Amino acid sequence: MSAVRSREQRERELFAPGHRACPGCGTAIAVRLILKATGPHVIVVTPTGCLETFASRYLESPWEVPWIHPLFENAAAVASGIEAALRVKGSTTKVVVIGGDGATYDIGMGGLSGMFERGQDILYICYDNEAYMNTGIQRSAATPFLASTTTSPSGKRSWGEDRPKKDMPAIAVAHGVPYVATASLAYPPDLMNKVKKALSIRGPKYLQIDCPCPIGWGFPEDMTIEVARLGVLTGLVPIFEMEDGVLTRVRKIRDRKPVEAYLEPQARFRHLFRKEGGREQIARIQAIADANARRFGLDA
Amino acid sequence: MECSRNGAQWAVVEGSRAVARAVALCRPGVISAYPITPQTHIVEDLAQMVADGELEAEFLRVDSEFSAASVVYGAAAAGVRSYTASSSQGLLLMTEVLYNMAGTRLPVVIGAANRTLSAPISIQPDQQDTISLRDSGIIQLYVENPQEAHDTHIQAFRLAEDPQVLLPVMVCMDGWLVTHTFEPVCLLTQDQVDAFLPPYRPVHCLDPASPLTYGSFADDDKLMEFRYMVAKAQEEALRKIEETAETFRQAFGRYHGGLIDSYWVEDARIIILAMGSVVGTIREGIDLLREEGKQVGLIKVRSYRPFPAQRIRNLVRQAEVLAVLDNNISLGAYGALCCDVAHSLINDPFRPAILPCIVGLGGREITVNSVRNIVQRAELVARERPSVVEPWWVDLRPELI
Repeated sequence: MSAVRSREQRERELFAPGHRACPGCGTAIAVRLILKATGPHVIVVTPTGCLETFASRYLESPWEVPWIHPLFENAAAVASGIEAALRVKGSTTKVVVIGGDGATYDIGMGGLSGMFERGQDILYICYDNEAYMNTGIQRSAATPFLASTTTSPSGKRSWGEDRPKKDMPAIAVAHGVPYVATASLAYPPDLMNKVKKALSIRGPKYLQIDCPCPIGWGFPEDMTIEVARLGVLTGLVPIFEMEDGVLTRVRKIRDRKPVEAYLEPQARFRHLFRKEGGREQIARIQAIADANARRFGLDA
Repeated sequence: MECSRNGAQWAVVEGSRAVARAVALCRPGVISAYPITPQTHIVEDLAQMVADGELEAEFLRVDSEFSAASVVYGAAAAGVRSYTASSSQGLLLMTEVLYNMAGTRLPVVIGAANRTLSAPISIQPDQQDTISLRDSGIIQLYVENPQEAHDTHIQAFRLAEDPQVLLPVMVCMDGWLVTHTFEPVCLLTQDQVDAFLPPYRPVHCLDPASPLTYGSFADDDKLMEFRYMVAKAQEEALRKIEETAETFRQAFGRYHGGLIDSYWVEDARIIILAMGSVVGTIREGIDLLREEGKQVGLIKVRSYRPFPAQRIRNLVRQAEVLAVLDNNISLGAYGALCCDVAHSLINDPFRPAILPCIVGLGGREITVNSVRNIVQRAELVARERPSVVEPWWVDLRPELI
């Protein structure tokens, strides 16, 4: 495995310009970085979602690698069939799924569990923008605690999403997935190195990339990377690697910031700062960050 | 029936075994399935062949029928011949994938062991499951017996992979009646099938050497043309199904019909139309009725999608009544076959009357006596020529209602 070098980052774009992502789209940035790391010898499967919608208008395609969009809930199974077919053909081409959190955490969960359990040689990447952005910011199982979405709105009797974010990496680890990692747009070399490392390991791999969404989260479109960074620096988005179930690497944080630094720039958390009693609610989110720090040893 | 060419041999086998043998002879690269009665023996046999090294294929044991269909979808997109089989609820769970498979033009072959749908739950046969998939774009061939199931699976791969067709093909066989019946079947040899079915060479597939984008987003300015092209491929399949059956006859001496098969229709006043294993019973009934001097004939609809409207129209114009047997019902309307037959004839001034019959739901046995009753009812329709004939539920038990 060779580390990603900055020159390589400037080289060939396999996710070409000309797609229809919103300005500041975190997902588009992630895909560009992912493909720089995979190189061209890859087949990408993308379930229904933002990425499919903005990157596959018929007769136009930004994909410089073979790419297929089947349905919303079956990317892992389709990738499994592709991987089996490549084995039959004796091909060394890698198979990568790039799917959103709705397709991963919710509707595609059964098929993904099957792919993990069968030990298929596939890298499954979840671009996690923490809600159904494509259909208009509805809540998914990846939506964080107390975020306001169109189906978990804050209101007179609601503080927004009332359940904590589902722990997908832990679910992957429980399947015996040999490589499970998280990454952030704020640290591109780390993200690309994780893609490369994952592809060097045989079997199923799960990589979750935190992908801020200016529209869905409610922040200015030039703040995508900054919001991603604040997620990490507050401890709400822990960046780690787990190999064979063991935590092997963690991005340490020096002087961990209070969660307000992350919450305040985002409209989805605005109610916490405006409604009476918001301070107590923010303290509950701080408790999640503190728990993350203890669990992953985030504090430097 | 002939079975002597180039080492083909008779064997008394279960229908499922005959199907599994046929699939193996077609050398699929990827097989995926999820168990559901009465499909199980087919995929168990295939799994055993893989386990014994008799069949070089990847057999993926998946978490649902939805995933089974998705696996073969992916494998076909990567350019490898693929097979799955299911039944009943499993086929319904596959539905979304099957529509997508046809739209993506992936030539997968799907074995369907016909079984009724819940509720109430039952494992008995009827064709409600596969009929519910009729609008998906997949080709549907209905077979009569284990021999036809064996032969049709081999024809199905050739048909599906034809560059002018490129659609999934579903071989529909009545659960138990075909899948679990032991009969003498002439099993083809590997050499014979290799000569009939060349290796799959996809027109295009997922390949980094030539990166293509599959499954694009089509707006209102393009989607209709995609649908039209599938409709045209179905139309092309009308010709190819006949052609494939004819090539098969020339190669192996067996013919089960192309789009349709017919029996005693030339002078028939009453023609029964049906699909699936009931056809055998109807033939027997016709033999008896013919001895009694009744001019009765049979059209077996072998290809339901594409629907052979013209072939049927040409054969039935001299008849007085068509008794259309539906082993399914579109609740709130008629059986599916009846609607299609009626549509085929609607503009024909010489069209016969139609007697719509709902038969055999949930495995209700259709006997020679049922056939006799249907013909009697058809004779009544011939005499009275009523303008509206409501669906007749054959052998319904009114005492239970």
